[in-house]
Amino acid sequence: MTAAMLAEAWVAMGANRLRTFLTMLGMVIGVGAVILMLAIGQGAQQQVEASIASMGSNLFIILSGSTTSGGLRMGGGAAPTLTLADAQAIGELPSVAAAAPSSPGTAQLVYGPNNWSTQIMGTTPSFLAVRDWKLAAGFPFTDSDIRSATRVALLGKTVVTNLFGDEDPVGKTLRIKNSPYMVLGVLAAKGQSLDGRDQDDTVIIPVTTAQRKLFGTRFVGTVRFIMVQADSADAMPAVERSINQLLRQRHRLREGADDDFSVRNLTALANTAAETAQVMSLMLGAIASVSLLVGGIGIMNIMLVSVTERTREIGIRMAIGARGKDILLQFLLEAIIISVIGCLIGVVLGVGGALTVNQLSGMTIVITPESIVMAFAVAAAVGIFFGWYPARKAAAMKPIDALRYQ
Amino acid sequence: MSGSPDAVIRIEQLYKEYLTDAGPVPVLKDVSVTVEPGEFVAVMGPSGSGKSTFMNILGCLDVATSGRYVLNGRDVGMLGSDELAHLRNQVIGFVFQGFNLLPRANLEDNVGLPLIYRGVARSERLDHAREMLAKVGLGAYNRSRPNQISGGQQQRVAIARALVNRPKLILADEPTGNLDTATSKEVMALFTELNERDGITIVLVTHESDIAANAHRLVRLTDGRVIYDGPIQHAAPEHLEATS
Repeated sequence: MTAAMLAEAWVAMGANRLRTFLTMLGMVIGVGAVILMLAIGQGAQQQVEASIASMGSNLFIILSGSTTSGGLRMGGGAAPTLTLADAQAIGELPSVAAAAPSSPGTAQLVYGPNNWSTQIMGTTPSFLAVRDWKLAAGFPFTDSDIRSATRVALLGKTVVTNLFGDEDPVGKTLRIKNSPYMVLGVLAAKGQSLDGRDQDDTVIIPVTTAQRKLFGTRFVGTVRFIMVQADSADAMPAVERSINQLLRQRHRLREGADDDFSVRNLTALANTAAETAQVMSLMLGAIASVSLLVGGIGIMNIMLVSVTERTREIGIRMAIGARGKDILLQFLLEAIIISVIGCLIGVVLGVGGALTVNQLSGMTIVITPESIVMAFAVAAAVGIFFGWYPARKAAAMKPIDALRYQ
Repeated sequence: MSGSPDAVIRIEQLYKEYLTDAGPVPVLKDVSVTVEPGEFVAVMGPSGSGKSTFMNILGCLDVATSGRYVLNGRDVGMLGSDELAHLRNQVIGFVFQGFNLLPRANLEDNVGLPLIYRGVARSERLDHAREMLAKVGLGAYNRSRPNQISGGQQQRVAIARALVNRPKLILADEPTGNLDTATSKEVMALFTELNERDGITIVLVTHESDIAANAHRLVRLTDGRVIYDGPIQHAAPEHLEATS
């Protein structure tokens, strides 16, 4: 019975190929758009999440406060109030995974005939853990390098490319401000940060080397900022409170006096970015869904025309014994076949389109099986939903009226 | 009440009205007819006499306003639309003036169509259909489409379709109305053969006296009433006229 109905639906669809094709096109475009938009949206989301992960997770940054010098107020981070000892004390707080004191600066690098200016980060080995930064080659410096302020360096990918070209830099010696530094390792590529900086254009050296030998400090042992990583996202509020307490104690601030430092939660910013990407992904999906709806209405429109055109045929079928539900099933099957085939073509075009976008623009795309399954389910549902009313209309005809219809 | 209990058709005091803007218009008034198995009945009457309405009610395509209609032992008035469809499928074979074949389907699919609604599998369906096409002399045209054969041949395909479910009753509404004299004779010979050899009961509407002459019994309708019901040989000449 159903096999016969399927065959008949197929014949009916073949009878007016152009119309069937145009009806199907509505579904093709709808499903294709949904797949493509979801692929792009989820790709963007994944890219944002990757950038966030590259920054490190559960992070605080502690900056020293501002200072006033002869009526000039310097910006935040200018007061020399944070020290290496502060960083060490924070590192010993409960729920703190690591704390990395940082003294950044900029200097000219020279290797052979090449030179390159870049940001140089003086810090401790825990910086790599806090930033979740792996080494692509070589090995990191250690606490003993910190103690003895050795001239060693870890190079970012961009620096390696500009100074060494294809040469392997590990074990080589380059010059920073005319002093020789040995390259211990190369940092794994991280790509762009959320604000567009090239994170790989950097050199990491021991914090003590930076303070004593490269940049110098006005007060011995002070650092520009301290990066702190909490054990988990849940522990962050407690960690923030204990850092505040600890630093007020260590800096001997009286009750009611302003903090001479500020603690900033970097995760909050990252979460906002992630949420934005998610909202964008949802919005793209929603816009594409509208075209799916339009496709469904197209099917309903054509099915209504088809029912009217084939009224006489319906009458003949009823006269020779078709029940209302046979007629209903026949038209419903036709609508479902159109939407499911349209969906199949739409999936192929959507996936193809997404791959093309990826090829042409290098945009990250993510095609999940869920989005394809969802597109299919929606297409079948659209077929049933929009096919139901015309099919119902056909089935409810009186045999004699249908047969007399001219 | 006349007729045996196993009558194919028993109609008692049937009324039919159509509702129009001007109020109800009566079309059939107090019609009582009984058809026994194996009869060949011609229904005649002028246009507007209600003969088409009468046939539609006989065929369970339309329902009477009042009165009783028992088809093959079942009271049609008590049945729902699915059961009516079942009766049309199993008990009745229709032959229409306009053939009413499906233009897109080939002849064997057209003839096999009623079997779809009985749930017969495709191969068996086609076997039956080919058998019926051979029976009406069109075995060579199984795969042709209706527009590739002549009108007389199309009507024979329609008869094959009416026969495919082995019905007790064939209802033919002006079956020769669109055919020339020669093909009309062929088609009527086929009806006669079905009636005499297979014992199928036939009720045929026509307005041509020479077509009606193939039947054994005449029912004459005028203005919604039966004015003659009896052997065709005894009918008055005016009862065999197309208009009166």
